Amino acid sequence: MKEWYKEWKKLAVEMRKKILMMCSEANSGHPGGALSCVEILIVLLEKVMKYESPEDPNRDRFIFSKGHAVPALYAYLLEKGYFEPEEIHTFRKYGTRLQGHPIKEKCPFTDFNPGSLGQGVSAATGMALGYKMKNDPRNVYVLIGDGESDEGIVWEAASAAAHYHLDQLTYIVDLNAVQLDGTTAEIMNLGDLKKRYEAIGFLADEINGHDFEELVKAFEHHEEGKPHVILAHTIKGKGVSYMEGNCEWHGKAPNAEQLAIALKELEESSHE
Amino acid sequence: MSEKKLLATRAGYGQGLLDLAEEHDDFVVLEGDLGHATGSLAFGKKYPERYIEAGIAEQNEVGMASGIAYTGWVPFVTSFAIFTAGRACEIVRNAVGFNHMNVKLVGSHSGVTPAADGGTHMCVEDIAWMKAIPEMVVLSPCDYNQTRLLVKKMYEYDGFVYMRTSREPVAQITTMEDDIEIGKAQILREGNDLTIASTGIMTTFVMEAAEILAKEGIECAVLNYHTVKPLDETTLLEHVRKTGNLLTVEEHNVHGGFTESCAGALLGKVGKIRFDHVAVEDRFGETGNRLSLFPVFGLDTESIVRKARNLVRKEE
Repeated sequence: MKEWYKEWKKLAVEMRKKILMMCSEANSGHPGGALSCVEILIVLLEKVMKYESPEDPNRDRFIFSKGHAVPALYAYLLEKGYFEPEEIHTFRKYGTRLQGHPIKEKCPFTDFNPGSLGQGVSAATGMALGYKMKNDPRNVYVLIGDGESDEGIVWEAASAAAHYHLDQLTYIVDLNAVQLDGTTAEIMNLGDLKKRYEAIGFLADEINGHDFEELVKAFEHHEEGKPHVILAHTIKGKGVSYMEGNCEWHGKAPNAEQLAIALKELEESSHE
Repeated sequence: MSEKKLLATRAGYGQGLLDLAEEHDDFVVLEGDLGHATGSLAFGKKYPERYIEAGIAEQNEVGMASGIAYTGWVPFVTSFAIFTAGRACEIVRNAVGFNHMNVKLVGSHSGVTPAADGGTHMCVEDIAWMKAIPEMVVLSPCDYNQTRLLVKKMYEYDGFVYMRTSREPVAQITTMEDDIEIGKAQILREGNDLTIASTGIMTTFVMEAAEILAKEGIECAVLNYHTVKPLDETTLLEHVRKTGNLLTVEEHNVHGGFTESCAGALLGKVGKIRFDHVAVEDRFGETGNRLSLFPVFGLDTESIVRKARNLVRKEE
């Protein structure tokens, strides 16, 4: 394992702890889908996106379209010092920078106010088109949920992305296979997403979304004239035994006792 | 002032885009495969590099416009009112409104005049849908010239705006020299007997009605509300206080439309007044031609004249 992967693994554990702590204290939030996208966010923000600072006007753009899972981003920003440590206690409280869904004026690396599912995908596609029309080569990344992919606008946007050959645009789908009321197979089967995206005209990669090496490799993939989709298979509630693969933890916060168990499990996993 | 030639406000939108392109090159036009009908195609032919075909996918058309605006372009989003304001309503609310993006939305074929197409296309709800969105500006120009002028005004305005246009050619009652501004009613006629506040192409029929009424000795003040939101309450109150009555006229459902905006503005600010409206009375459209349907909906000059006469009658 490369040296930085060890660092990232530690970071992932700390982020997962913070996700659970902020949801538990707020007694609300969406831990399941936040825990599943931790590695994706780390690779994106630590390696893939080009920026000097969040305020850098020329930086790459990022839309957290599955915005309910934003505790993962907040946890990263807390770990990296973009938020003050005590701000973790303000999550979902009035006046906070840590809104229920992120707000671009309040949250670093937030280029769109998501929350209404599917719209971030459409906006990201428009962003890539806008930059292309300005001959601005910067990249646009959008993190999409698999449940979110039920939304028709996702596929309207995907058609436009391929039609306009937006090769500076990358969709990352967090395929944790579980949505609010059940598994994606039960609620609305998505079929073979790789085939669907390829049929539209995307370059598509299907990988393990918890594996840093596979993520890094997938992000390096590029084909001129084609938008790119990374289909990242993950585990909903990753790292907490009683949450993994369980839709009950899509939008429920752990109580103090449950939190203690989860933190203990995560701590133990960091020594593996 | 008036010209004989009939022109549609949708054509005014198309010409307005060409006018704007003479001065600015930082705006783009998105179209939902209706460029031949909405008036946008003239711009698309002349400036294909800034004309974005979004296909028959109005939700994504609006969502992409939000992202395009974030990159610094000023996007104009064009489709039929029923789709821009209706189908994509929640995308307008969240991707544009809640994101505070500088997007200009245009819905043509509003009201009952796309009658040949039938009820699915006759949008009598767009003002209600759009004005309910916080901070949204809602424009509803009366004729071709005014639409041309408002394209420039909406470009200059920093924020999101919705403008409804119409497929129906109507008389020209305003000029390109008019000094109009968003949020300020245009006084087309002064009179002490009755205040008529009107929006959209109905204003052209209101002006006809005012001529007829003048011959009967009834002098009407005609207030043209090219801006439904924010509503110019000052001009409305000034006139209603003077005449003691008000007739509102719109090609929109009475629920949620311009009439309710005016009623809300007057509430608690004037004493007892006589108030009536010419609007769509809570019904869907159906196929027909405009001339046959306007009397059916009570949206013709004769209906305006009749209701005006009733309002100025002295007896209760």
